[in-house]
Amino acid sequence: MVREQYHEELTKVRQMVLKLGEMAGASIKNSVEALCDHNVEQAEAVIKGDAGIDDHSAKIEIKCMRLLALQQPMARDLRMIGAVIKINLDLERMSDLAVDIAKITVAIGDEKHIKPLIDIPRMAKIACEMLDSVLQAFSESNPDLAYKTAKCDDEIDALFDQVRRELITLMIEDPRKIANASHLTFVARYLERIGDHATNICESVVYMVTGDRVKLN
Amino acid sequence: MGTEDIEIESRNLNLWYGSAQALKDVSIPIEKNRVTALIGPSGCGKSTFIRCINRMNDLIKGCRITGKVLFEGRDVYEKDVDVVVLRKRIGMVFQKPNPFPMSIYDNIAYGPRIHGTQAKRELDEVVEDSLKAAALWDEVGGILDKPALDLSGGQQQRLCIARTLAVKPDVILFDEPCSALDPISTARIEDLINVLKHDYTIIIVTHNMQQAARVSDHTAFFLLGEMIEFGETKQIFERPVEKSTENYITGRFG
Repeated sequence: MVREQYHEELTKVRQMVLKLGEMAGASIKNSVEALCDHNVEQAEAVIKGDAGIDDHSAKIEIKCMRLLALQQPMARDLRMIGAVIKINLDLERMSDLAVDIAKITVAIGDEKHIKPLIDIPRMAKIACEMLDSVLQAFSESNPDLAYKTAKCDDEIDALFDQVRRELITLMIEDPRKIANASHLTFVARYLERIGDHATNICESVVYMVTGDRVKLN
Repeated sequence: MGTEDIEIESRNLNLWYGSAQALKDVSIPIEKNRVTALIGPSGCGKSTFIRCINRMNDLIKGCRITGKVLFEGRDVYEKDVDVVVLRKRIGMVFQKPNPFPMSIYDNIAYGPRIHGTQAKRELDEVVEDSLKAAALWDEVGGILDKPALDLSGGQQQRLCIARTLAVKPDVILFDEPCSALDPISTARIEDLINVLKHDYTIIIVTHNMQQAARVSDHTAFFLLGEMIEFGETKQIFERPVEKSTENYITGRFG
């Protein structure tokens, strides 16, 4: 084996992506938990934690640029770096969406939700499972798992439609519920976007391993 | 690539130096007006392969060849092929610049002279055209009577390219043309290869994978005398099919 330091660097980039994925996953989970529990403190922690995530994401980008400039990666290494640059963006965007959810929790404060939150936590749970699963696919270079993971996005989309319809009905019935209902509609929309980013990551993993460019949503 | 675009093609080419087999059943199509790069670790047979194309291996004792090398459809190893004419049409530039110990002018005029051009005006024209085509005219146009060996390494290598162009070949074989040059001279030669491919078919052997990626349209990967993979350069460097190609170009080798 030659170019050992280079290969160590590549391994390190992969580990950094997995770490960023964990951080993004925790933000999503905490932001929705805080929303359900009216836990403003927890929501604020999510908002505050985003700087660390941005910082870690910037480090990944710098490392990728440096590897491109100094090591001229080829073939699967090149595809890995290309995929990581995209995955990095998706993970960073997912964290931003978690922050958006946390900001809504702060805005809502103690005000009671107009309905018990059932589908929104379900959406969050599926999104987090998708993220865990695609990170595993990335770590194992497993395109089959990436394909399988991407399918879960349909469930999130279906739940989003259901939540939105339900909230519109509530708003029509009682205009006083509009403020809270529109907040919750946004939350559902953010979770739906998080699912889309997870699907993008599935596509990147397939490209990384096989070189095929696929559309999975 | 369509068959009408193929200028050179090796078919089941085998070569032995004594009892050691240096090429094993190599078949490669070389497209006209394109750059084909040959890559692979030392001793993989890539230089041996290009030396088969203009029969440079004929000079090596104990060298035996089977298979075919078709140039414009005709086997260069047929009995009545004139090797001098063949090498005029398939020029070669070597690893180390090797100008003759004579003036810049005489270096370029050497080939046309031995092929029968004597008129001064005609020779002047060939010298100027060849030096311009090799991107050297601006630097040496005013000092043509100076010794070629006074030029820098990069200039000497471009002089050797100009000397090759002077006999109006169809194909140019480059055997590691930049390995003895600094990065700026290397970049000049690479730019030159990009321009020359409009008029010539080019085959380049290089140890520098980035160079192969930058200058070539097609790439062939050699390993232990076998041609492992041949394809468009962008495919070879982004998604090679063969595991050993991938291992070589990503440095997971040896």
